[in-house]
Amino acid sequence: MTARIGIVTFPGSLDDRDAARAVHLGGAEPVALWHDDARIHGVDAVYLPGGFSYGDALRCGAIARFSQVMDTVKAAAAQGMPVIGVCNGFQVLCESHLLPGALVRNAHLRYRNRPAALRVETDRTAWTRLYEPGSEVVFPAKHGEGRYVADEAVLDRLEGEGRVVFRYLDNPNGSMRDIAGIANEAGNVVGLMPHPEHAVEALTGPSTDGLGIVGSVLAHLSEGVRR
Amino acid sequence: MARVVVDVMLKSEILDPQGEAVLGALPRLGVNDVASVRIGKRVEIEFDDNAQNLEEQSRVIADQLLANPVIENFTVSIETAANGAA
Repeated sequence: MTARIGIVTFPGSLDDRDAARAVHLGGAEPVALWHDDARIHGVDAVYLPGGFSYGDALRCGAIARFSQVMDTVKAAAAQGMPVIGVCNGFQVLCESHLLPGALVRNAHLRYRNRPAALRVETDRTAWTRLYEPGSEVVFPAKHGEGRYVADEAVLDRLEGEGRVVFRYLDNPNGSMRDIAGIANEAGNVVGLMPHPEHAVEALTGPSTDGLGIVGSVLAHLSEGVRR
Repeated sequence: MARVVVDVMLKSEILDPQGEAVLGALPRLGVNDVASVRIGKRVEIEFDDNAQNLEEQSRVIADQLLANPVIENFTVSIETAANGAA
């Protein structure tokens, strides 16, 4: 049976349709989820898309954390359900304490909108298991608040536990240690700033490297996390 | 009406690019003796007249929502009631 991946739409989400298309092209069934509805309709995984949820009021992702759907997503993530957050979705995961650290204003203050070359650092997550560790991918980055920060102890722990998932080859925002994406301890929750869902077709993206994200979670759902 | 003010500031070790941008603009204003500018948020909260435990509630609001303790510090100050109203 085809895996069902839920994509949450918050007020101000922009990339939910692209995420649904990427999920479809990757061989799974996209399921629309709504911010103000706690039900996630029996999905197997959740994709939090990019955009400006709640207009980025207060801090990016700060209000989305209190949405109905996030209560359910948090509980499901604790039970091992794969959850990925891209761009604003990554900010929501950090604000929801599903991932450590925070995403703050780019060091140069400019909105950065261009393809980002990344190194995939680990295949030991639900969302990267089909990538070769050390391989390079290109996903579009487009954000004004993408600078990953955490205190040194947290950064050391992420590195030591192999939880830095993606690293920029050419840091576009001043992120500490060139971090573009991280995972939780169990490897089922991943957040990254660049957009794999915009890298699924040669016509519109800089690569088709993003298809591996959906492929990985499908493999994970049938076989479990690579250890 | 009781008013509480919460000030939220980026922690000192977190780079504040907005403050840096303002600092960089000051010489054009003819001001050349400023060492540092940091920008934060001031949040004014007005409680209902019969609200209790203002400080405790304000701390919850500040800690759980207004500030992100990973990157920000906050202070809570309770202002005396305006217009002498109790």
